[in-house]
Amino acid sequence: MNDIAIELKGIDKKFGLVHANKNINLSVRKGTIHGIIGENGAGKSTLMSILYGFYQADTGDIFVDGRKTVIRDPNAAIAAGIGMVHQHFMLVENFTVLENIMLGAEESQILNAGITKARQELKRLEEEYELEVDPDAIIEELPVGLQQRVEILKALYRGAEILILDEPTGVLTPAEADHLFRILEQLKDQGKTILLITHKLREIMAVTDEVSVMRRGEMVATRTTAETSVEELAELMVGRRVLLHVEKGPASPGDVLLSVENLTVRDSRGVDMVRNVSFNVRAGEIVGIAGVAGNGQSELLQAISGIRRAVTGKVLLQGEPIHVTGKADPSDLRHRGLAHVPEDRQHMGLVLKFDESENSILGYHDDPKYLKGMFLDIDAIRNDAADKIEKYDIRPPNPRLKTANFSGGNQQKIVLAREMERDPAVLVIGQPTRGVDVGAIEFIHKRIIEMRDAGKAVLLVSVELDEIRSLADRVLVMFDGRIVGERAPDTSEGELGLLMAGVEDTKEAAQ
Amino acid sequence: MSVPYAKLPAWVDYGLIPLINLAVAFAVAGLVVLAVGESPVRAAGLMIQGAFGYGEGIGFTLYYATNFIFTGLAVAVAFHCGLFNIGGEGQAYVAGLGVALPCLWLDQFAPWYLVFLAAIVGSALAGAAWALIPGWLQAKRGSHVVITTIMFNFIASSLMVYVLVDVLKPAGSMAPQTRAFAESGQLPRLDWMFSWAGVDMGGAPFNLSFLLALVMAGVVWAVIWRTRLGYEIRTMGHSPRAAAYAGIRQSRIIIITMMMSGALAGMMALNPIMGDQHRMQLDFVGGAGFVGIAVALMGRSHPVGIVPAAILFGMLYQGGAEISFEMPQISRDMITIIQGLVILFAGALENMFRPAITAFFATLGGARADKSIAAAE
Repeated sequence: MNDIAIELKGIDKKFGLVHANKNINLSVRKGTIHGIIGENGAGKSTLMSILYGFYQADTGDIFVDGRKTVIRDPNAAIAAGIGMVHQHFMLVENFTVLENIMLGAEESQILNAGITKARQELKRLEEEYELEVDPDAIIEELPVGLQQRVEILKALYRGAEILILDEPTGVLTPAEADHLFRILEQLKDQGKTILLITHKLREIMAVTDEVSVMRRGEMVATRTTAETSVEELAELMVGRRVLLHVEKGPASPGDVLLSVENLTVRDSRGVDMVRNVSFNVRAGEIVGIAGVAGNGQSELLQAISGIRRAVTGKVLLQGEPIHVTGKADPSDLRHRGLAHVPEDRQHMGLVLKFDESENSILGYHDDPKYLKGMFLDIDAIRNDAADKIEKYDIRPPNPRLKTANFSGGNQQKIVLAREMERDPAVLVIGQPTRGVDVGAIEFIHKRIIEMRDAGKAVLLVSVELDEIRSLADRVLVMFDGRIVGERAPDTSEGELGLLMAGVEDTKEAAQ
Repeated sequence: MSVPYAKLPAWVDYGLIPLINLAVAFAVAGLVVLAVGESPVRAAGLMIQGAFGYGEGIGFTLYYATNFIFTGLAVAVAFHCGLFNIGGEGQAYVAGLGVALPCLWLDQFAPWYLVFLAAIVGSALAGAAWALIPGWLQAKRGSHVVITTIMFNFIASSLMVYVLVDVLKPAGSMAPQTRAFAESGQLPRLDWMFSWAGVDMGGAPFNLSFLLALVMAGVVWAVIWRTRLGYEIRTMGHSPRAAAYAGIRQSRIIIITMMMSGALAGMMALNPIMGDQHRMQLDFVGGAGFVGIAVALMGRSHPVGIVPAAILFGMLYQGGAEISFEMPQISRDMITIIQGLVILFAGALENMFRPAITAFFATLGGARADKSIAAAE
């Protein structure tokens, strides 16, 4: 009985219409490493947030060490011996390691006694778990691997017996990740219980004792790691889904319209998010980029469309170079025939406080047909918007309505109408149907196919694997910033799932 | 839907909420008056009588309002770009040079309208130039305009003391001010407008720059809502990421917006210098730059709201002076407190009552929706 560290019974959580966790049951044995895998949006993070007290479950109970425990906030979780290492570190960047570890556990207004105690305790923890860090180093001067170690020390300092790690290797190099796994083994040997959340199957196989699979808010299976295989887990993770029915003839690819060569893009933290990526998109074909969110797709799209500067690499648009490492200008790219439907339509693709007609010219507002001298030609803009509203069946059909008052699907149609009606040579689309209702999905898919059949080059990025499989003519899989494989769209979900999880030699594994 | 999208009717948003804020401000001001042993009712009567009760009072109210229209528009233009320009005070102060220098150079031989034209251009340029540096620092170096513009207020203040005392003061004069302008350095007063209504404006300095302020209100509306530049400014203000996506050059827009804002604040200097004192004096701005913030907030950054808000603050200035004259218990400092309360409730606490009112209208709307559902069944 007492060898169960955590038990969840019937955890259920809804956010508005989204059912994030459906009747989850889970038990984690003491002194084990328990993996939780699933695609983005499967509900892993929600479940862990409930366990750590960020959210309250609508129904269901949490048992810690066999005792029913109510976790109202992170303090209650810490008191129950649960510690969490977040995907995005919760550290004060300009404090020292010691100061960060003490934060929230200072014990008195005068810090001196606390500092001495913390220093001793830190030394003991470092020796016990081989977690060496200089206590007086400033956080922002440490590499990410060491910052993560500080997060782990922080949890241990607070007496955590159960440690939750949320996508811990996302920011680590492979060597750092291996080191982390050795630390986790060490912690396990000392009797700690570890919950490891990840979408990378390699990690699951490497370190866990047991693994639970989540899919679309449900806990679909729990396996003993030694008795399962990468293939089984990949299939459990993506599931057997019915292909969305999309009427689509064979592609007839023409000239290369978009060519990406050795592109590398770094994010604001200095981590390479896109690593040496090369591919081509031809006229009359849809190239789909599959992958779990956060593997560099967003940065790739932004670099191609001139919003984010690349570190190295070359991009050719209709044979002409785009200055991606310098001053690529989105408005110049539009003139050269590149249309971009951004992933984040609410903050990037639209200004929600504008009325519909104002959004229907965003990015094209320098077009003379919308202008009379330096003034906007309001009549021309509204008539143009009304035409698009009719053609794309945007509801309600009112160009003067504030954009925030349209539904997600209709907002997306506003963006699509704006970008597609310019008759671009290359169309770059991110997450075309995220947060869009079913009726609009079919419409949007049809339009994308029409663009292809009209001889456009379409680059499609989506985290919805079935969307990629039903629309794309070729599928590239992105993992950890690299293109790890190219497959035909009728490749099995299992094989694509393996690639998305970072297992590269699928040809062998699939046999 | 679990959370109904609560949208307030326009008359509530633009009419009722400002009125409630104002009523609360006056109620608290009334308590202050009561505390010093005077009658709030009589004080209110005096204020309205002083501001609107006779020709000269109205003239002064509109004279003050002219200042606040300019500075209110200045703050509003920057708001639309997401910038908080609290340097209107300094921009207007430095722009005094843009008014005074053309007057001093031209008033001997050019007709008044040419001098006026030169002063309009001069004040706008000087105000824009003073706003350009904080704007450039924000755009290129990320130095926050709130910090830099307030620092530039202090710099402007010291600079103008130096200029007035050491450069522009006529030799032998004891007062830190320029010489008086000749007649063509003085703006025509608008007594004829009062004569039409059969009222005598008396000695009030209400002058042509009021009409310029109204014209600028129209210009601001047209630029913000009807030009490509205004479209880019508003896109920046609502969503910098959308602006980046659209290929709008952000630093360029920030600099241009700050210069427009500074130019509007600068034009405020025309009113006291050319319209009233006919010379440039120390501290002629007198806090109008800061009142502009409250005016812009109260007027919801829209010219149609800014003009009445400016007149309201003009009333507080003029009527407040009247109260302190009639009620010896209430000093000028008390009037400043009352003005401060209005700024506090109408400006800084503008959204204090909004959640309650939104909730109230949401229940009203909900009840109506329930009824229509019941009727449909």
